[in-house]
Amino acid sequence: MDFTPHTPADVERLLASLGLEDPADLFAHLPPGVRLQRDLDVPAPMAEATLMDALASLAARNADLVCFAGGGIYDHHLPPVVRALTLRPEFVTSYTPYQSEVSQGVLQALFEYQSMVAAITGLPVANASLYDGATAALEAVNLAVAATRRRALWVSRGLSPRTREVVATFARARDFTVVEHPLVDGRTVWERSAEPAPALVLVAQPNYLGYIEDYAAARAAAADAGALLAAAVDPMLLGVLRSPGSAGCDLALGEGQPLGSPPAFGGPGLGLFAGTAALLHRMPGRLVGRTVDGEGRVAYTLTLRAREQDIRREKASSNICTNQSLNAVAAAVHLAWLGPGGLAEVGRQSVQKAHYLAARLCRLPGARLAAAAPFAREFCLHLPADPATVVAAMAERGYLAGIPVPDDYPEVPGGLLVAVTERRTRAELDGYVAALEEVLRHG
Amino acid sequence: MAEPGGRAASSPLVGGATEPTLAALSVPGRRAWSMPELDVPPTPLDLPEANGEAPPLPEVSERDLVAHFTRLAQRNFAVDLGAYPLGSCTMKYNPKVCDWAAELPGFRDLHPATPAAQSQGALAVLFEAERVLCEITGMARATFQPPAGASGELTGLLIMRAFHRAEGNPRSKVIIPDSAHGTNPASVSLAGYQAVPVPSNHRGMVDLDSLRRLVDADVAGLMLTNPNTLGLFEEEIESIAAVLHAAGALVYYDGANLNAVLGIARPGDMGFDIVHSNLHKTFATPHGGGGPGAGPVAVVEHLAPYLPGPLPARRPDGTLGWEMPPASIGRVHGSHGNFLVVVRALTYMLALGGPGLRRVAERSVLNARYLQSLITAEYDPAFPAPCMHEFVASAARLKRETGTRALDVAKALLDLGFHAPTMYFPLIVEEALMVEPTETESPETLEALAAALLAVAGRARQDPGTAHDHPRRTPVSRPDEARAARKPVLTWFMEEA
Ligand SMILES: Cc1ncc(COP(=O)(O)O)c(C=O)c1O
Repeated sequence: MDFTPHTPADVERLLASLGLEDPADLFAHLPPGVRLQRDLDVPAPMAEATLMDALASLAARNADLVCFAGGGIYDHHLPPVVRALTLRPEFVTSYTPYQSEVSQGVLQALFEYQSMVAAITGLPVANASLYDGATAALEAVNLAVAATRRRALWVSRGLSPRTREVVATFARARDFTVVEHPLVDGRTVWERSAEPAPALVLVAQPNYLGYIEDYAAARAAAADAGALLAAAVDPMLLGVLRSPGSAGCDLALGEGQPLGSPPAFGGPGLGLFAGTAALLHRMPGRLVGRTVDGEGRVAYTLTLRAREQDIRREKASSNICTNQSLNAVAAAVHLAWLGPGGLAEVGRQSVQKAHYLAARLCRLPGARLAAAAPFAREFCLHLPADPATVVAAMAERGYLAGIPVPDDYPEVPGGLLVAVTERRTRAELDGYVAALEEVLRHG
Repeated sequence: MAEPGGRAASSPLVGGATEPTLAALSVPGRRAWSMPELDVPPTPLDLPEANGEAPPLPEVSERDLVAHFTRLAQRNFAVDLGAYPLGSCTMKYNPKVCDWAAELPGFRDLHPATPAAQSQGALAVLFEAERVLCEITGMARATFQPPAGASGELTGLLIMRAFHRAEGNPRSKVIIPDSAHGTNPASVSLAGYQAVPVPSNHRGMVDLDSLRRLVDADVAGLMLTNPNTLGLFEEEIESIAAVLHAAGALVYYDGANLNAVLGIARPGDMGFDIVHSNLHKTFATPHGGGGPGAGPVAVVEHLAPYLPGPLPARRPDGTLGWEMPPASIGRVHGSHGNFLVVVRALTYMLALGGPGLRRVAERSVLNARYLQSLITAEYDPAFPAPCMHEFVASAARLKRETGTRALDVAKALLDLGFHAPTMYFPLIVEEALMVEPTETESPETLEALAAALLAVAGRARQDPGTAHDHPRRTPVSRPDEARAARKPVLTWFMEEA
């Protein structure tokens, strides 16, 4: 295929106007040593129909499984209206709204996104998106280190292992001390080692294993240590669980994929990030503000830009430039579609169905919950078999049974993390139980 | 001069009237959502940390929701509406077949925890895209985890640090040209390095003598864009790389401008060790109003062990699986990066093949040079060297003679139905206008854009007072930025307060 409009005559005319003959002349000033003297060794060009066949057959090699996996990425109902509006070319094919006058659509949509993230997190300021939940945690760490001038972090082991890995990648490079606090009976126990004093206390609500953490305990740990408190939240549960803001957190972050984005093999997702007014000038990423234009009309614009890399360069609050705006627009549409009632109902049904499934699974021989603590829509199951083998056998039966809990959770050896959304029907839940029973019986 | 709209040029936006916020449209009790009744027996649950009341979200009908966002869309300019010559951003046409591929349910609905046996198609996408990207850049291995260019920079710098640490000393400084993009120094700081600027010479290129003076055993590496942010090819690149390598330092390629050299010259052959590429520029994936993008990082063989992981790997039975590089710096993304963006980019690479990729480079340079040649009467090239896929012109003469600044030129262009060029970047050029037409604009569009740029200058000369009036035909005129920053209203709750 060719997406350039030039005819051979066009090329000739333009070259001639520049006093050139051949396209190769455009590169005559490049040092010969760096010029590629052969064709690229890549597959031959494809016509559109052939290309579509090739891509369709690749996509078909991914199995269509009934999804019981979570860990931050969830299979909720995604209303067609979300895709229909978000995929409008004006949103899809525009750049970052630097030119406010011709970017009011994206700017206002992001302002509304910020407003609704503030509404669900109970915090006054939300940014216009970060990359994903894990990198949002990295930004929280960076913010807290700058704000407190401390170099240690207290991280709950209930924070997703993937998120902890991303934080660890960053902490290792910068020589930050990461103190991990263990889960006991499903919930974090904040061990008060005094030194070194932490910049940030990071808790997940619910935690990776699905259990509901005690906000007060995290708040007390942070307050005693003089640290900021950040909670990584599951946004789809904020209609039923208390907001991090009302629980006294300084920062809320999380994987926002359930709001408006498909699972997409984990990306593009959405990094949610909100904080207190006191942290406004330390926020990473873009912020949209409301103002007026020369005629006094309402106008939106990127604001408090002095935090950002293009203005502050090495002193910027973050290096982020391109973010996940389109996913943020999708989240705005989805949140408005849900409204307060819908968000509460998604949460309620997901929690109810998770409890129904957990109760039924616990009747299978040898299966039990990893801990007795209250959970929300995800739970960790001990099985009398290797979870990875179980997941493989369940996949043969059409189910993505969950996520085998990684080895770094000695708290729950042999655990399988099972997630439920409102989208799972009773038939699917019962089918899952029957399939698992069979898998366990046949080993 | 060609009129905006139609074949040749762009069109102004239709969305004139101010659009109320969703909060203003909200009516208690109205709703768009529907959900099946709960079909399992309800369990009485007494959850801790329960929410006393539902969050204050707007309540709107689906019909209102659709009208609202459709009207918002009409207040937004986009590549699909017309030319978007925003320098450094490579706002080329985003082929629809790539969007189609990203919407295939097998990709779109795939959970990242799906076992390898059930996600061979996704693994194949990453595997194949890695192969093609490595061939284009002249590198050995690549990771697709970084979700944007800046994340790729941080990843590359962490690889640099891990490499030096393994050699015994992480070193403390990274050199960047004074013309570098802001994410470069910001990433350097985030990686725990000190950014040291190297000046450009009179030709707009890295000053080799200054560089030599800066390089010592404490320099971890150099970050460079090539073509650089002035749109010029760094002709001494081989010597530059040699200076760094002689000191045991690495050379990092910011691939924002890779478009200009696809199939023409490879960063690996120029002496670079680490390369990030912006799929949302070079490989035609849409920018989404600011994101998502993808900033894969490719490295030479001896740095491959440090890459973030896991990476796709061919197993003895011929299937694909995941493998952690032995000295990996660790993860830089919660999953596998912005996968659907990679699907789009691979689709684009396969559509074009080798000849198509090379044609992209040729025509992006041809278009930039042609456009530049059409406007030199009013806008001076910042440096004399021939430009690559973009050029930086200076409106300094116009400003001196008429008081019309680069900003005014940019805003006037908006009224003529074009997006503005990048302004005031790079910082080393006075009244900079950075113009990148891309290869997907036709000669007619370039001529219309040139005519518009010259008309703006012509009007400024005739009637210097009018320069600040623009834009007037856009949905709003210049916003009061000072007010926005002085009394920030960042949510509709703040507005009420
Ligand atoms: C030269 C250059 N480097 C780096 C970046 C950063 O890329 P991203 O916005 O994807 O983070 C950009 C784009 O904005 C750029 O133009």
